[in-house]
Amino acid sequence: MNFTNKPARAALLATGLAAAIGFSAGAANAAETVVMAVPTFLTGAGAPAFGVPARNGAEVIIEAINKGTLPAPYDKSGKGLAGRQIKALIYDESGGGVKQVAEFRNKVQKQGVDLFVGYISSGTCAAITPVAEELKMLTIFPICGTPRIFEEINTNPKYVFRTMGHATADGVAEAHYVKANLPDVKGYTGINQNYAWGQDSWRDFDLAMKQLMPSVPASDKAQWPKIFSGQYGTEISALMLSKEPLVHSSLWGGDLEAFIFQGAARGLFRKKKLLFSVADTSVYRLGKKAPIGAIIGARGPYGIFAANVDTPLNNWFRKVYSDRYSTLPVGGSYQAAQGVLAAKFAYDKAAAANGGKFPSKDQVIAALEGATYQGIAAKVHMNRSNGHQAATKHMIGVLEWDKEAGGPIMTKVTEFGPDCVMPPQGINGTEWLKGGMKGAKC
Amino acid sequence: MRYLDKTVVGLSIAFLVLLFADFFMAEWVRFMGLQSLARGAVALGLLVLWRTGLVSFGHALYFGIGAYAAAMLTLVGYHDAFFLVFAGTLASGILAYLLGFLLRRYRGIFFALLNMAFSMILYGVIVKTEELGSTDGFSVLAPTFLGYAPEGEAVQTTLFLFTLFFTYIVTVGVHLYLKTTLGGMSMAVRENEIRVEYLGYSAEKVIHVKYVFSGLVAGFGGAIMALAIGQVDPDSMANWNVSGEFVFITILSGIGNVAATFIGAFVFELIRTYAFEYAPLFWQLILGGSLLAIIMFLPNGIWSLVDRLRKSEG
Amino acid sequence: MQELIVILVDGLVFSSYLFMVAVGLTVIFGVMKILNVTHGSFYAFGAYMSATLIGAYYETDWPEFGGFLAIFAAALIVGVFFGIVLERGLLRFLYHRDEHIIVLATFAMFLVLEDVLLMIWGTDPYFAYQPMSLLGSVDIAEMTFATYNLTLIALAVVVGLGLWLGLTKTKWGKLLLAVIFDREVSQAMGINVTMVFLVTFIIGAIMGALGGAYIAPTISVSPGIGVEVIVLAFAVVVIGGMGSIPGAMIGALLVGISRAAAVHKFPEIELFVIYAIMALVLAIRPEGLFAPAQARKI
Repeated sequence: MNFTNKPARAALLATGLAAAIGFSAGAANAAETVVMAVPTFLTGAGAPAFGVPARNGAEVIIEAINKGTLPAPYDKSGKGLAGRQIKALIYDESGGGVKQVAEFRNKVQKQGVDLFVGYISSGTCAAITPVAEELKMLTIFPICGTPRIFEEINTNPKYVFRTMGHATADGVAEAHYVKANLPDVKGYTGINQNYAWGQDSWRDFDLAMKQLMPSVPASDKAQWPKIFSGQYGTEISALMLSKEPLVHSSLWGGDLEAFIFQGAARGLFRKKKLLFSVADTSVYRLGKKAPIGAIIGARGPYGIFAANVDTPLNNWFRKVYSDRYSTLPVGGSYQAAQGVLAAKFAYDKAAAANGGKFPSKDQVIAALEGATYQGIAAKVHMNRSNGHQAATKHMIGVLEWDKEAGGPIMTKVTEFGPDCVMPPQGINGTEWLKGGMKGAKC
Repeated sequence: MRYLDKTVVGLSIAFLVLLFADFFMAEWVRFMGLQSLARGAVALGLLVLWRTGLVSFGHALYFGIGAYAAAMLTLVGYHDAFFLVFAGTLASGILAYLLGFLLRRYRGIFFALLNMAFSMILYGVIVKTEELGSTDGFSVLAPTFLGYAPEGEAVQTTLFLFTLFFTYIVTVGVHLYLKTTLGGMSMAVRENEIRVEYLGYSAEKVIHVKYVFSGLVAGFGGAIMALAIGQVDPDSMANWNVSGEFVFITILSGIGNVAATFIGAFVFELIRTYAFEYAPLFWQLILGGSLLAIIMFLPNGIWSLVDRLRKSEG
Repeated sequence: MQELIVILVDGLVFSSYLFMVAVGLTVIFGVMKILNVTHGSFYAFGAYMSATLIGAYYETDWPEFGGFLAIFAAALIVGVFFGIVLERGLLRFLYHRDEHIIVLATFAMFLVLEDVLLMIWGTDPYFAYQPMSLLGSVDIAEMTFATYNLTLIALAVVVGLGLWLGLTKTKWGKLLLAVIFDREVSQAMGINVTMVFLVTFIIGAIMGALGGAYIAPTISVSPGIGVEVIVLAFAVVVIGGMGSIPGAMIGALLVGISRAAAVHKFPEIELFVIYAIMALVLAIRPEGLFAPAQARKI
């Protein structure tokens, strides 16, 4: 082979090609639509637990917005976002932060996206936040949990919103629940995946427990299985040998389901009290195999916790969703729907303030900042981090099997107000926990 | 004039064209170009190794070290791109130098896998380090350039110039090195190492030098990537499939010419971007399918297209 | 004392899991010198097929224990199908190419198959817990274990012994060893190397699929399970020595028992155990503990 041939032509060709693509690209976007990018996990382990339910939830709402069929309180504002139809670009969130940042830029600069409603993984949200601010792109995170978004990464956000409570709220609600319902508990241990979400979940629960039940000891042998390992035999033995009666776990999806199968076969759930912070993603799917009697959460008042919320909006959502997808909506479905509704609310409110004309981006942002709007299951108060971080009520309960209805139900549910579980405006969650949760209204 | 061969001329023309184009490119193309330069740099290192018959399935190790070293320095208040990229490159180079003493003794699949093992150890360490955000990673603020602190689009424009300049120098340097006796020795090592040793050259030393070089450029690519994206995380920087992508780019490019690695990297970005856009559910299939197609039908990478073009004309 | 026994049992179960996951990889590498990334797909397809067949089986009124046949049937179907399709349809065109290119080709095939899996089974997980429930549990040292998990140990022993005996005591095995030792000379001596390669690849594929198929009842069979297995299998095989079946067994035992001890004693370091052992072994004996000697050809 000849290694010194004519590369000049090839180089010119390549650069010319690049230039041609580059110059011809413009935001070819019809003026009468709002292009909404909806990144969510469509492949990989995150898809069944969060990604696909979230996509389904978003789809139901987007379609209803476009047709103008949303029930009250959204029934009077007409079709679309401030009158314009939504063109949704649903795409895969897999592949890690770097790839998602690249894709974010592509969607903004190449496909002329007007706003983003999406991202499930805390890792992607953390990576996207600075870019969204740099590119001045309205971005609504409906699901991701890490408190770092507005506590470390950007403490003064302008374009990024999150429409649900963050992970600190989960730990606090769980600790309150344990204190009220298991006052004599002798100690607690945990099994959490060894990655950011698992580490954060355990830290917040542990810190909240140290404040609320200071005399109850934590195990120094909490389990840290690798994420997606799927094999928990050894961890289950270790948990069964441990002396602490309460086990905290933030496992989700396939890992959670594998843990439940393997634990049930060995009588773990008869021997220990389990607390699962996001088990709602699996309850319908597992049916009778679900961990009956365990304390579970859904990261807020979503999914199975919203089963009995009797409002036109919720009844409509549950019906349309289950008719269309032959399964009931879970946490992710509610949370994604809540994120899309934030856009509906903000665009319509901004249009009204703008004399009925289609609002500018800044007007939409102003409309959402600090607002309170109606989500599917609960009111959403955008009153943290300068009006960019939501607080909602939180719910924890015990899973039971309803023989008459032949399905899982929540019992012994406790509701916590938004100001009980979320740190107040302007305070770092970890410091708030360590300082004794001052200012909490429970 | 012995240094001014056609490749050098071609690279210089491309350099000047891109330099000029930088100010007119659509933002997403520049961003893609920036990523191509970063990944292409790693592929350049792999090309040099491949010339000796060695393939590493773990160069995400050096890519990750470069990225994290640069990113961690921003945490303690350093923001100058020259310093950050230099530090990232150097950190990777030092690690490659140390590991090189062990790795230079191995060939074939063992060499490939040993590299992977080390990269997975780095991955484990990052995941376990909550201070560095574990799997979430952490963000990197926009860099400054010798006191110049651009904002908005100018950040990417400047970073692109910066990257282009250094990539150009490195690439021409590699090309010239490969033409030297020691550089030419790499093909000989691949063909028959024992004979090389009878000629009085130490195959291990040849390999060690190349290994350190590949570590340096991978660290350079990683540091650039960290600054370009504004974020580091282990799944995108240090996981085994990232290493796989680098080898993918090398195969896509072919090892015939240094310039090809950057074209390969750009084509890789194009395939991925468009697969993602038009087949959001099946982008892996398209990526894997293109790789298979190249392996089967373009065994010498896209560079062989250039060769064919020349032959049909000439 | 109780803890020690529990660690041992847990360790053996996990080692058996590792061995089942890794053995197919080492068989293919041993004979064909191909590092087969598609192994992860075999595992995943085996698990999905097993879950589907088990689900279908328990829809019928046939005897409950027949569900186990579904597991082995799934492994055979997946292994034979992919074994033939991949070896005849792809790999045979690449044997003359650089070994790294072949790895990359299997990597590409893995990417393709990940999406094919998604096309066939969708993103919803599949459950096939019946075989595990059926076997119930036993108590060892006052600790309850799922009997199904313990049968994994038996399966690993049977598979390991079977392969080892087949390789060293049968005519076929001796032909195989000849091919391993020198492909070209074997061919010259009249051994049908093409056939040997095809059969080896099918056996390796069946082993990979069997790992997934047998694990399926204990997990949620969902997207992404194949990826996790690849690195794990690589690590075990690298530790034991690539291409060595006893090596894979020792590697699996070493990792499995160390990991069990770590989980019980120092759960914080669980993540590192496998990589630490890998690094240690590689630093001391880079070819792995049981690597067959390589001839240096001039």
